[in-house]
Amino acid sequence: MAALYEGYTLCGLIPDQSNSSSGIDGIEEERDSDHVIVTDSNRSVTLYKVSDQKPLGSWTVKQGQTLTCSAVFNSITNEYVVVSDHKVIRIWKEGDLVLDKTFKATVKADIWKVHCAAGGQPVVLFRRGAVRHLEDLLSAPQQPIEDVLAEDEAIRWSTSIVVEAQQFVLFTTELGGENFFYLQRLNPNSLHKYHLEREEPGLLPLSVSASYKDEHISLLCLYPNGFLYRSLISVRGPALDGAAQAPLPLPRSRVMSLPVGEGLLKAASVLFLDDSHIAAVGAHHPSAGADFLCIWNINFQTLQAGKEMGGKIYGQLWSYSNKFFIPHGKRLSVIPFSCHKSSLASALGKLRQTRPEESKCPTFVPSWNNALHEEKAQLSKTGETRKTRSTRKTQPSVSLTAEQVLELIKTAPVEEVQKEVEELLSRQDVQDLQLQLGKLVSILVCRSQADPKFYTHGTFVQLVESKFLCHSVCPDLLPLALERKDYFLCQICLLFFPDIPEALTCSCLKAFICLPDVDAEKMSLEPDSVSFMDALITQEHSQDDLQNGFSPSSRLEDHSNTVDDQQMREGREKSAAIQGPVCPVGSHKAALLNEILQTAYSDTFLLPHLKDLCPQHVLLFLQYLHFLYLRYSQDTLPQAHSLRAPSLQQIMDWICMMLDAHFTVLVMTPEAKGFLLNLHGFVRSQVKLFSELGKIEGSLQELQKMKQKQDVRQYSIEVIEIF
Amino acid sequence: MGEFMVHRVRFFDYMPSAIRAMAFNAGTQRLAVARADGAVEIFNFADNYFQEKVIPGRSGRAVEALCWVGGRLFSAGLNGEITEYDLEKLRPRYSVEAYGGPIWTISCNNQGTLLAVGCEDGTVKMFEILEERIQFQRNLDRQKGRIISLSWHPSGARIAAGMIDMIRIFDAKTGHATHRLLVERGLGTTRNTEVVVWSVAFLSDDTIISGDSAGKVQIWDAATGTLIRNHLITKWDVLALSVSQDQSSVIAGTSEGTVVQFQALASTMGQENSQWVRTRTFKNHSHDVRALVHTDTAVVSGGMDTQLVVRPLLDKVEKNTRESAMRKILFPHRNLVCCAKKAGLLLFQFPDHLELWRLGESNMQGQPGDILPVMKKPEKLLQLQNKGDDHICCSAVSPCGGWVAFSTVSSVRLYKLQLSNGNISINKVSKLPKELHSVYQLCFSSDSSRLFASSAQASVVVASLDQLQCRHLHTLKPKSGSSQPIHLLSPSENGKWLAAANTDGQIHVFNLHKLKLHCTLPVYSSCPTAIAIHPTTGHLLSAHADQQIFEFSLKLKEYTAWSRSLQREGLHPLWLQRDTPITHITFNANKPAHVFLHDLFMFCIIDQSLPLPQARKKLYNQMDLKTRSPQERMQESHAFKICKMFQHLLSVDLLDNSSLVVVERPLADIVSQLPPPVRQKKFAT
Repeated sequence: MAALYEGYTLCGLIPDQSNSSSGIDGIEEERDSDHVIVTDSNRSVTLYKVSDQKPLGSWTVKQGQTLTCSAVFNSITNEYVVVSDHKVIRIWKEGDLVLDKTFKATVKADIWKVHCAAGGQPVVLFRRGAVRHLEDLLSAPQQPIEDVLAEDEAIRWSTSIVVEAQQFVLFTTELGGENFFYLQRLNPNSLHKYHLEREEPGLLPLSVSASYKDEHISLLCLYPNGFLYRSLISVRGPALDGAAQAPLPLPRSRVMSLPVGEGLLKAASVLFLDDSHIAAVGAHHPSAGADFLCIWNINFQTLQAGKEMGGKIYGQLWSYSNKFFIPHGKRLSVIPFSCHKSSLASALGKLRQTRPEESKCPTFVPSWNNALHEEKAQLSKTGETRKTRSTRKTQPSVSLTAEQVLELIKTAPVEEVQKEVEELLSRQDVQDLQLQLGKLVSILVCRSQADPKFYTHGTFVQLVESKFLCHSVCPDLLPLALERKDYFLCQICLLFFPDIPEALTCSCLKAFICLPDVDAEKMSLEPDSVSFMDALITQEHSQDDLQNGFSPSSRLEDHSNTVDDQQMREGREKSAAIQGPVCPVGSHKAALLNEILQTAYSDTFLLPHLKDLCPQHVLLFLQYLHFLYLRYSQDTLPQAHSLRAPSLQQIMDWICMMLDAHFTVLVMTPEAKGFLLNLHGFVRSQVKLFSELGKIEGSLQELQKMKQKQDVRQYSIEVIEIF
Repeated sequence: MGEFMVHRVRFFDYMPSAIRAMAFNAGTQRLAVARADGAVEIFNFADNYFQEKVIPGRSGRAVEALCWVGGRLFSAGLNGEITEYDLEKLRPRYSVEAYGGPIWTISCNNQGTLLAVGCEDGTVKMFEILEERIQFQRNLDRQKGRIISLSWHPSGARIAAGMIDMIRIFDAKTGHATHRLLVERGLGTTRNTEVVVWSVAFLSDDTIISGDSAGKVQIWDAATGTLIRNHLITKWDVLALSVSQDQSSVIAGTSEGTVVQFQALASTMGQENSQWVRTRTFKNHSHDVRALVHTDTAVVSGGMDTQLVVRPLLDKVEKNTRESAMRKILFPHRNLVCCAKKAGLLLFQFPDHLELWRLGESNMQGQPGDILPVMKKPEKLLQLQNKGDDHICCSAVSPCGGWVAFSTVSSVRLYKLQLSNGNISINKVSKLPKELHSVYQLCFSSDSSRLFASSAQASVVVASLDQLQCRHLHTLKPKSGSSQPIHLLSPSENGKWLAAANTDGQIHVFNLHKLKLHCTLPVYSSCPTAIAIHPTTGHLLSAHADQQIFEFSLKLKEYTAWSRSLQREGLHPLWLQRDTPITHITFNANKPAHVFLHDLFMFCIIDQSLPLPQARKKLYNQMDLKTRSPQERMQESHAFKICKMFQHLLSVDLLDNSSLVVVERPLADIVSQLPPPVRQKKFAT
């Protein structure tokens, strides 16, 4: 999610007479993220410390001279570079007080701009398209500069990018209504020329922004009709000089269409923030006016954050290290923002796992809290039990001590082991024995692993059900159960262990999904969970359920544009309407899966493991989750179901997580298409609902205010009733 | 229960005065608080922080410092006098001129034999504390510049004095200055302004801690005169310091309204040499923290924003108990409003004047929740300005509205009012009996024919009122005398009884027909905060500082059955957790079972015919009952009907026409009258 924070003013502006431009030529980052240099269109360059909102230094050229490009900071030499009167390059350091006394060099051709990408050398872009390193140029200032561009071709926008020590200069030009994009590579030099596709005649790009990721430069173009296009250019292209050849066409895809209000956009600007977020200024806020700075998520096409900017917006926007610099009205504001990677899981709901069940089935596994804070209580308790144990010892007793049992189980046959453990567990002071029980389980597990014939199902079940164990005490028990296909043991382990690692949860999930339904039905599982699932599956389906404002019929209308699927989907829709949601798995398998849904997890650890599942299984699992969801959302279902039932929240979390983990795979899987469309329709209707709710939020707040406003007077006579 | 027409009054613009100084007596658990108007208040920390006594202020008496010596309370101020207070007669006992210009500080040595005051002229003056008075002993070496703060070494051999730009250490025996500790000025533009050492503390291990106007708390070694540690805690002034009894913790109050705690902690576990480390910051004030007290369990702070805040240190008290809750004492624990029930008048008491208002009227009827249109606006009938410098300590208006009386420490004034179709005439009763000269509490009988005044030695003066005449009838005296002042008086409706309560917790009931003591109630450990006699049953109801309620039958001279059942079943825990005392009790003549009482945050109608609330039931159940049907209401309802609709209540009273009068003083109104707080730079402003 992205957020805009409270902004502050960096400096005031002096807009020109017509109030059409902000008076700021450019803002560049200085030595660190807290310093910027601002070039204004008059004659001065000012260095600001952003967090202090105060200027640290300012340099001005003489009357009659003008600055023709924004100043840049060369972080390698700690020098500032600016161009005055198109041809004069000026270089100075922070200590220099008067600009006129510093280094000057006059070159032969008009300069368009000086660029200095972070970590790169300054590069000079000439008005006619030639590019030089500043160093090379200064070694021979009077060198001839070639013309790259045609006679009337004019540069509209330019930037420079450094990719793995390779420096690129990017610029767009305009020639007779056509737009071209040039990619100039430096050292070795090569130039590529691309032809930007034409938008409607007469529409030229309003704003261009470039970013680099995965060996591709992506170019973002905003047109006055609000359409935002993205083009990808590979930087690993052939190194031959393409400028002489005919311009290559540059394919583009529409990313989104920003709301424009009435007419066309006049001054607007977009910036890439990360893969999925852009910032736009000058475009309209969907439910308010035009003077907004907005962050959009281009994946979900949702507005993430918006902030109203007072005064006129000039369509200029810079962003350095999570701060926007935006001139508006009569000031230049700095607005910090944050932009986290969004996942569907976080967009839709909760990530944390709550386990209300924990309170219902108390385990005796000591928690750190208890260990630290109830030390005293524990001490007294152990003291007491020790006494009882010593008194017991004096009595003639048939039961063995824990140590003896430990010895015994190393060799004894299954039946005897079972008997002894049972006796041990039936003792009163069993809480004391927790450590011994852990030891006991690990011995049994070791023995089972070593000896394929030895397996004490009953004993394990008894021990786990005693609730004295946790996964950390016997880390091999659950893998062993999986290995021996003892799914009942797996189920109760999942139920009683609070600390199963996510990797193991995932392997359980995998094992459960792979399990054929026929085998599953034969298994004896925890009866409560199975009966719950049976009830759920055989339940009557109510015909006209609305899922929070979403009905299957509206879903049909949403997708009527994709004609090829429609018939197929209609068919399915009908059958679904008749039969209701069909459970894709048997009740036993479902009971096992339910245990998975209820385990505690943290999604950062779980997600990588989830990726191991194959698409068919993922789809099956998702279908099952979807079935559960549909069942739960019918209000006919009694809310107070058994302890073994997963909560709606858990189901939603798992759906989101599965989608996050496998989205790309699922998109490619043809069988998943219908399912995904269904989900998409559902999410869309939810988003719609919430946006509608958002719209009336203001009026609701007003209602609340009205209520409070009543009593401000000095005196009133009221009637009250006391009951 | 029924509907009430409520006169909601917010025009009593009472403004509490800023807190200037505090002193805590750990032996008696009493806190003395001096306010900017010269008033001194005594709070009993052992009895729920109840404000037991108020010594009224006096214009021109600016108390700058307070000091307990045993059970005696001394103050000093910018008028250059040292004053000892008579805590029984609630007035200054005597004042001694120190002849050193304004006095900034006063401090007593641990032995309780000497009192040191710091004067404007640069002298530290020593006074010997004698049985009945204090006597000047000598001056210490005179310094240039005023003495702002003083602190005795616990041994009594040395004194540290905070001055401008420095701290001086004096030898108490010879009177010579032995050390001069130079205090650094602030940085930047404040470098040119002198730094004032607002507060010093001299610890027994020869450490001096100082707080100054440059925002520093500094730790000094008194033996060598060197600076050990410097804590810059604010951009503004550090105004007050207070040391805990065991000298392991020091708190400092700043102009920003924060209180910062420092603790002497060993840098590594188990080692002896401890360092002063800044540990906690409390922000409970919006303005200067002028006075601080570090009790064993709590930080008590007060300042410009007039609130007294008791902030318990959570490592010293048990969690989730009464002691662990923070207390803010905003308003006096006594009535400043007197209501003439028959005439519908309100008398507001200010330190230097009284205001008499007539309530408005409305001829409409309305549904519950309605605000009725006001046909006749409330009207200020009278503003009585007090003559002289002494502030008003008590006042009363008679139920018929025909008499107004008030008293200062030196005199009582009585006025006869006549209201006739809009015209008001006022006549001062010129000749008052000589018994009425210094009283603590005044009240009129219900037929307005008698004036009762509590006087010295727990006696009550009864005077009869007639056409512009006031005659002394009798002075009622309890048999066994507590010399504590009577702070509550309550006559019965039928004129037969008069109940009087004093701060020792004794409640005496006098028979006014026979003019003698009828009975004395069993003394309860907590001080009564409100008493009243029921008009029909003749039961005396008393509310106490620990929130207990008792009902005593005057006929049978024993606690009533209701009172016994209340004690047996216990009050609801939420009731006991309230932190402001009940300040007024009244009854509804039409419904004898109903008792009206109120504290600062709620008013409550106790229906004695209904069952008492069980601990597991909801105490504040008005909202629940509202939604129930009448039958369910009957089952659900309990005796305590609490209404929290009105907050910061200074008075709730029932007029004779069964309409309620509530006087609110919203905190926002008080805050808006405070001076602006020190400017604090907030981010991006």
